[in-house]
Amino acid sequence: MSIEITLTVNGMAETHSVHPHRNLVSVLRDECGLTGTKEGCDDCECGACMVLVDGSPVNSCSYLAVQADGKQVTTVEGLAAPDGTLSPLQQAFLSCGGVQCGFCTPGMLISATALLTNTPSPSDEEIRTAVSGNLCRCTGYTGILDAIRLAAETR
Amino acid sequence: MSATVPQRLQQARSATERPSAHFSAPTSLAEVLDALAAGALPLAGGTDLVVGHRQGKRLLPDALVNLDHVADLRGIVEGDDGSLFIGALTNHETIVNDERVRARYPALADASSIVGSAATRATGTIGGNVMNASPAADTIAPLLCHDAIAVLRSTGGERRVPLSELFIGPGRTTAMSGELLVGIALAQSSPTTGGAYVRLEYRRQMEIAIVGAAAVVRLDASGRVVHARVAMTALAPTIQRVPAAEHALLGTDAGDGAARAAAEEVAAAASPISDVRGSANYRRAMAAVITRRAVAAAATRARGGDVRIPASDSTFGGRAGNEGSGS
Repeated sequence: MSIEITLTVNGMAETHSVHPHRNLVSVLRDECGLTGTKEGCDDCECGACMVLVDGSPVNSCSYLAVQADGKQVTTVEGLAAPDGTLSPLQQAFLSCGGVQCGFCTPGMLISATALLTNTPSPSDEEIRTAVSGNLCRCTGYTGILDAIRLAAETR
Repeated sequence: MSATVPQRLQQARSATERPSAHFSAPTSLAEVLDALAAGALPLAGGTDLVVGHRQGKRLLPDALVNLDHVADLRGIVEGDDGSLFIGALTNHETIVNDERVRARYPALADASSIVGSAATRATGTIGGNVMNASPAADTIAPLLCHDAIAVLRSTGGERRVPLSELFIGPGRTTAMSGELLVGIALAQSSPTTGGAYVRLEYRRQMEIAIVGAAAVVRLDASGRVVHARVAMTALAPTIQRVPAAEHALLGTDAGDGAARAAAEEVAAAASPISDVRGSANYRRAMAAVITRRAVAAAATRARGGDVRIPASDSTFGGRAGNEGSGS
């Protein structure tokens, strides 16, 4: 059985026919062609696959594509302006050295975007909590936390 | 690498994507109950079901019914008498942010605030956490201590089951085939009642309880315990109350001595397993420590003192906000 679903991905409505057990990340990468979202652990531990569904952070590896039917999905490709200008948060990741290998970066950016939307002036503890579902094996996290703090201060 | 990764995904997909799979997403409870009567299983946030599927531990069933579009299952409703009904589809984030829950059922707020990560709390539901029936589920011990009632519905009608009679084993409940948990009913709480849930954790977030304990105490005008509930998490095949620990608190001042006595009863009642997260001996030893901290935090709140939510945070790392949390 395949199900026809409509996702609004980064503002554009797309219809896809998917198996009910298929996860959202594979549809985003293989059907929508948006490979910014990464598949890391594939069981909800690492946060590399984080996307926003109706504004809330979701691990798209362990979320069925059919669950997102009719919803707004934001991936890392949707964070920059249409002309390619980076969002202040993305720019802050560059300025603060919040990127090393880059694999965790899309998920970090998505979790931090969700935080700053709901909590424009987060405490350090709120920042740490917001990205606690995102693992980074390179940076030691300091640059990432600095970047989120900077983005909050310069908004 | 670019060639092998899609191939691996393709193989994984064909192994789990059975042609017989069926999925529906109705908008009314009646349609959901019909689907369950026909053999479908309910999907809430999917933070346990889909993760289990991805890990290969337990594949998704052929017939799934998505609850997400049934608006009646979501939200927190207050009764005239001050009781609360929490719809099964209410997510943890909503529960943590509800002032009524924080003030009257703080043990539940403690638990909902530390389930998984921010993403888990935005997606995962209280109904899913309860009906997944994990021996390590965070919300169950608090709900037991707050005397919660599970409201189950099927095409045959409604059944109200005290949570203390719901769990029969890891992943197993007394809910019958075709029954859906529609919500959790919590009776009104008194101002001199305090509760807390404390979890032993190796990290603050994305953690599964190594050991957990919840406590609720109500004090009379002289500060004596007139009502006590203690429940233990990840210490037995099901999360359960410990009557001997509750008796140890009744009539006391809920001070350090009483908390230690209750803690010893929990350690004695525990039948923990050894696994990757801790040995049975370690869990039994920590059962006493964590219970003592949960009782101390509950008592502080019952006296009107401040213990920040989540109580786990204030009992670890030298940031003790409540007496008796040290050592």
